[in-house]
Amino acid sequence: MAWVFIEEAETGPAAVGLEILTKAREFGSPTVIYFGAGSEAAFATLGEYGADRVFHLAPTEGSTGIAAAAAAIAGLASEHNPDVILFGQTYTDRDVAGRLSSRIGKTIISNGIDVAIDGGVGVTTELFGGTQLVTTMFEGDGPHLVLLRPKSFPAEPSGGAAPTVTTVALPDTGHAGAARVVGNFVEESQGPKLEEAAVIVAGGRGLGSAEAFGLVERLAAPLKAATGATRAIVDAGWVPYAKQVGQTGKTVKPDVYIACGISGAMQHLVGMKDSKIIIAINKDEEAPIFGVADLGVVGDVHQVLPKLIEALENR
Amino acid sequence: MKVAVCVKQIPDPASPYELDPSTHNLVRPNEQVLDDTDRYGVEVGLQIAGDTEGTVTLISMGPSGNLNGIRQALAMGADGAILIDDEALKGSDSLTTARILAAAIATESFDIVIAGTESTDGYSGILPQQLAELLDVPALTYAKKIDVDGSTVRINRQTTTGFDTVEAPTPVVVSVTAGVVEPRYPTFKGIMDAKKKPVDTRTVSDLGVDIKVDQRIVMVVPAPSRSGGEVVIDEGDGHQKIVAMLEQAKVI
Ligand SMILES: Cc1cc2nc3c(=O)[nH]c(=O)nc-3n(C[C@H](O)[C@H](O)[C@H](O)COP(=O)(O)OP(=O)(O)OC[C@H]3O[C@@H](n4cnc5c(N)ncnc54)[C@H](O)[C@@H]3O)c2cc1C
Repeated sequence: MAWVFIEEAETGPAAVGLEILTKAREFGSPTVIYFGAGSEAAFATLGEYGADRVFHLAPTEGSTGIAAAAAAIAGLASEHNPDVILFGQTYTDRDVAGRLSSRIGKTIISNGIDVAIDGGVGVTTELFGGTQLVTTMFEGDGPHLVLLRPKSFPAEPSGGAAPTVTTVALPDTGHAGAARVVGNFVEESQGPKLEEAAVIVAGGRGLGSAEAFGLVERLAAPLKAATGATRAIVDAGWVPYAKQVGQTGKTVKPDVYIACGISGAMQHLVGMKDSKIIIAINKDEEAPIFGVADLGVVGDVHQVLPKLIEALENR
Repeated sequence: MKVAVCVKQIPDPASPYELDPSTHNLVRPNEQVLDDTDRYGVEVGLQIAGDTEGTVTLISMGPSGNLNGIRQALAMGADGAILIDDEALKGSDSLTTARILAAAIATESFDIVIAGTESTDGYSGILPQQLAELLDVPALTYAKKIDVDGSTVRINRQTTTGFDTVEAPTPVVVSVTAGVVEPRYPTFKGIMDAKKKPVDTRTVSDLGVDIKVDQRIVMVVPAPSRSGGEVVIDEGDGHQKIVAMLEQAKVI
């Protein structure tokens, strides 16, 4: 029996949660731990993706609710004994899973791209930029805790009915639960979302300057593409973190990924190497990005991009 | 404030990583380096200690080797280090690592424990949270900005769309992202001083932690690899090749 932890995003259950819920159906009727304000519509969506039962944990106003959620899940798990509790490799999921792990004395396997329950619980992870696949088995009794990377499974509705929802009170965890949210800031973003776009144009340090990211944006416009970035230029402050693709950013699988001035470090490759078609522009013939590109153009982005933009704008 | 900073020595990322064929554990050479992402945590620790007349103690688990990585962090200005090095810890799972670090941290009463959000070589990304629960303190995670105001620590917590401002009273665990501060470079004096700073090495039995590893690597196979396609040198016509590829992909 698998449980799936799902955080509430702006518009209902987080996308990665529905991906994992789809996968969890292979192990019987899944139970969802839903973390957020909750609504009839959100619970109906969970049912549509196969949740049979939902434990609803709603953080109190102002509190992050993380320590309390971990304590509540520990209580539920000792009562119901799930084999595994699956989480997404995301910020809040990592926070809750980490605390839960210590609380129930069970380790976590992170960065999973697949999970199997077959006698024991096995998790597949990628190593060395996705060139090696590692299978790790848990030892001892469950519940075993697994963090799975976004986009590891497609999210597909099963057409299930509304689930049984039980609201679970969040316990007082004293000092451990003292983190409070006192403000929030949302960066402006226009155009298609990175995770959903069919085409992504991404830029790296090879652009040379923050201003030159404008070339990436101008190329994205006629392609209705989302724009992405490497960590190097996010850390340099050229673009916001929300655009970062890779191990510590987003995982994307568009139809076409155009990498401009990106070297192809393994931490970047793990986030985009499963794109259908990869096109790379880099002035260094030896750049590792060419090892995964379907089309590589050895050239200067300041030469190639303006001509490419012009050609597309004139179509 | 008494600050602890968790740091890790890792094999130099510039050299290719290898797995031990029998245990599948990462091969760790004698000469290791400070995980680059830990420089941010050390810098945050030094700034807090500087503003509050406090101290910075490094906490690390792993094979000591020649201590090069630890000395790099001491050279930045940390006061001393506690290193837990024990054969029995080879192939530890994440919870074991957290238990060991928590036990070492608990031997002294720290106000703030700082860690990176994930290491470069293992990147499980849950250690700070495991540590916070074991120490029974709040966790302020993914900090991209941090302020200390009396006994309150306030951070900007990275989110997928921006950030949340989150605060908690000390004692607290804080995990920091790369980019939170500009790490200082060690000075010549710092490098010389680092050689004399105390590095207190402990074993598992010193800490009294029971080790039980709950996971086992059963298989490592090459991933189905994606091979590169055509690579052309731009001679003023590179963009035409790209247009043709976009047409073929039916996105234009
Ligand atoms: C723990 C950890 C996590 C990480 N997570 C991520 C992550 O999520 N995402 C990520 O992207 N990185 C991540 N990184 C960083 C990663 O290792 C690389 O440093 C980063 O991806 C490099 O970015 P880049 O390709 O923009 O820069 P560089 O590696 O500096 O590459 C720039 C490229 O541009 C080319 N170039 C220069 N000038 C031109 C020109 N005029 N025209 C064309 N080409 C040109 C150069 O030949 C070079 O190949 C992580 C690192 C660590 C340690």
